[in-house]
Amino acid sequence: MSYPLIFERSRKGRRGLKLVKEAPRAEDLIPKAFLREAPPRLPEVDELTLVRHYTGLSRRQVGVDTTFYPLGSCTMKYNPKLHEEAARLFADLHPYQDPKTAQGALALMWELGEYLKALTGMDAITLQPAAGAHGELTGILVIRAYHEDRGEGKARRLVLVPDSAHGSNPATASMAGYQVREVPSGPDGEVDLEALKRELGPHVAAIMLTNPNTLGLFERRILEISRLAKEAGAQLYYDGANLNAILGWARPGDMGFDVVHLNLHKTFTVPHGGGGPGSGPLGVKAHLAPYLPVPLVAKGEEGYYLDFDRPKSIGRVKSFYGNFLALVRAWAYIRTLGLPGLKRAAALAVLNARYLKELLKEKGYRIPYDGPCMHEFVAQPPAGFRALDLAKGLLELGFHPPTVYFPLIIKEALMVEPTETESKETSRPSPRPWWSFWRSPRSGWKTPPTPPRCAAWTSLGLTSAPSSPTLTRVRARSRPGPGPRPGRSGP
Amino acid sequence: MDYTPHTEAEIQEMLRRVGAESLEDLFRHLPEEILNPEIALPEPLPEWAVLEELGRLAERNRPARKAFLGGGIRSHHAPPVVQALASRGEFLTAYTPYQPEVSQGVLQATFEYQTMIAELTGLEVANASMYDGATALAEGVLLALRETGRMSVLISHGVHPEYRAVLKAYLEAVGAELKVLPLEGGRTPSFPVPEGVGAVVGQNPNYLGALEDLAPLAEAAHRAGALFVAVADPLSLGVLKPPGAYGADIAVGDGQSLGLPMGFGGPHFGYLATKKAFVRQLPGRLVSETVDAEGKRGFILTLQAREQYIRRAKAKSNITTNAQLTALMGAMYLAALGPEGLREVALRGVALAHRLHDLLLEVPGVEPFTPKPFFNEFALRLPKAPGAVREALAARGLHAATPVPEEYGENLALFAATELHQEEDLLALREALKEVLA
Repeated sequence: MSYPLIFERSRKGRRGLKLVKEAPRAEDLIPKAFLREAPPRLPEVDELTLVRHYTGLSRRQVGVDTTFYPLGSCTMKYNPKLHEEAARLFADLHPYQDPKTAQGALALMWELGEYLKALTGMDAITLQPAAGAHGELTGILVIRAYHEDRGEGKARRLVLVPDSAHGSNPATASMAGYQVREVPSGPDGEVDLEALKRELGPHVAAIMLTNPNTLGLFERRILEISRLAKEAGAQLYYDGANLNAILGWARPGDMGFDVVHLNLHKTFTVPHGGGGPGSGPLGVKAHLAPYLPVPLVAKGEEGYYLDFDRPKSIGRVKSFYGNFLALVRAWAYIRTLGLPGLKRAAALAVLNARYLKELLKEKGYRIPYDGPCMHEFVAQPPAGFRALDLAKGLLELGFHPPTVYFPLIIKEALMVEPTETESKETSRPSPRPWWSFWRSPRSGWKTPPTPPRCAAWTSLGLTSAPSSPTLTRVRARSRPGPGPRPGRSGP
Repeated sequence: MDYTPHTEAEIQEMLRRVGAESLEDLFRHLPEEILNPEIALPEPLPEWAVLEELGRLAERNRPARKAFLGGGIRSHHAPPVVQALASRGEFLTAYTPYQPEVSQGVLQATFEYQTMIAELTGLEVANASMYDGATALAEGVLLALRETGRMSVLISHGVHPEYRAVLKAYLEAVGAELKVLPLEGGRTPSFPVPEGVGAVVGQNPNYLGALEDLAPLAEAAHRAGALFVAVADPLSLGVLKPPGAYGADIAVGDGQSLGLPMGFGGPHFGYLATKKAFVRQLPGRLVSETVDAEGKRGFILTLQAREQYIRRAKAKSNITTNAQLTALMGAMYLAALGPEGLREVALRGVALAHRLHDLLLEVPGVEPFTPKPFFNEFALRLPKAPGAVREALAARGLHAATPVPEEYGENLALFAATELHQEEDLLALREALKEVLA
């Protein structure tokens, strides 16, 4: 049975929440020309139906709260419940209320900024970007403003990214009006220094790197890379997606990076929420600070205030001051763990990844770049198997599979990030470890020993991109009939 | 407390297995000169002490529940049923639904959200959400420029100043030109759109709260071969003519008015809706209906070739993480209220705002500014600097008078009313304003 749409549970005239005792007539308040001719066809359901609908949907969804979720590069670690309560303490603040009545919120932002600067080795920070990719865009705009200010804006038109980079890096660079060139990885999976030297020059605006990179390997020649970047006048950008691997142990600022964005929804346990909202603060070295977006939180003699007086700023990238309630969660995380806890969390994330990598190697998985991995690693299934086979096997068991087919430079890639909040027995559950379920793929799927059928759905046309997909259930006004009918109406 | 499950014995066993002697050993291959830097952070705290510290910070805020502050964010009722459902761990702790087999919950809820937004805006399709209203506007305009192949944008001064600021930063990045169309009498005048303009933008109700008939501007845009982008508060669309009905090709807005906590400005969500013809230019995620191998209806991410993780430098946008959970909260709110409940909440705000307008004009020195008809907020001209008035009102326990940037005129402040206010609240604000301005 297909699960009904909320619209299919709707009954004309049924009411849920009623927030207003007596509503005035629209015509008495607003000239008719401004009014809609017919009410929007929203669902009409009672509150219990609403609760059952969304509770049912939630049971057709897995999250970190329900299952192991080793999605490489995404850092699906536990999101402490404490943080949800913390966020509720700050829910009723208006962004335009008198700053003197929001000193606690501003203090929290200022303190978080100080913590993040200390952890990254940066001199200034903005908390405004709403996500990692948004932080990237902000960072590249800051770099661009810096080059333009120095009269080099026209000359520096190119951004370099490694071929193993996240897709958001090249997408960001082109969104900021730059050309993008990919630098190949060397045989050890790290940036090929000779290739980088060939590309560097007075035409390069920035190099965007993730360290550890998407193969889970620390770029051991990072000091050499940052020296080369500096000599060429290019700014070095740190994609913070993998900062959780080294947090507290090493800092992008000390490696020579000029800019770093953080994913508070990865490293600092803000929940991913099925795809957002996140938060992507951006830290920079002093020479880039004048270009950060407005406003910045500042500390004055009479308390904290929002500083708009920044003439060289790139302007704004988001309304208000960022995803503030995400900042509250990150603050709570840092204050709970402190430096020793953050370092231990990073070390155990690395230990879990190395341990799992060893187990997989024993089972015949191949590790194309078998250096000392950090918080994640990239494996290939044994000869004759596909990454998708393992993914499907895991789905049958109700696990979330690793990232598959990324990074693009490795065939049949399985990118595995266990995170530090998973126990040893998650990696090796009894009686059968999850990573061996695909052992006989030709016949195996249908008959794994008593598989819990957690998957709400069986098999999918993942590759069959429809030419005109059904994106909504909006119906033409003219069509008569009782309402949307259950069943398929699209391609 | 670091939320890790490892016992000391397990750590030792795992270290042996990976050939390391200690946790420090795991980082030994990093350059020595950058390893173990000195970092000054406060000492770790137990859970109760973290809450106490947060409580101390929270006490230094005066919550703005029942605020009369306008400016696009307002104090609305956040229904507990929405809060409870959105707190379900399956929604809260899921990643982007890349694996449809175990993500039908988020996918179907997103499909329903897309449908509700399309219905509210009178357009055919909506994406899965943007960060906020301002970035939704920037991405909507970029869509229009891609579609028309032009590099010039005309925007009404009636569009929220922060939205215009974000748009400006995004357009400078691609080298497109942005021109502002001044208001006449608090509304956008009809204006012949010059050749070469790719997108024309208006907002209804506008930043000052006034209702605008944007149809003539949309027509002028179309005559010049440009697309028309409308900024609209989704709550207002419970009663107002939808953008699709007055010629908008693209509609955007911020979802906070759909019962989301103000949260000092975020996270909320941005919606982005358009016509089917432009769907391949849409940024961000899109969910479509399909069937599985057994013929059951299901939902998948679709047209992914637009997105950064497939197309890299050629993607329509770099957006990855969006505002999925807050968007679902918006959909839950719409479903909880239904068309009738939404209409009632919207109209109650309108009625109270007009009542408040009349009451505040009784205060000596206060002059009207936003022309009638307006929606649920309006600007007044005060005899004193609005920042100082806001501060003095706050000292009396009332949050009101959002200062309007000087580009709109001197000493202007925005006031708003919502379903949370009662007649006595409005009277209290009038009395407080009298005292402050005396």
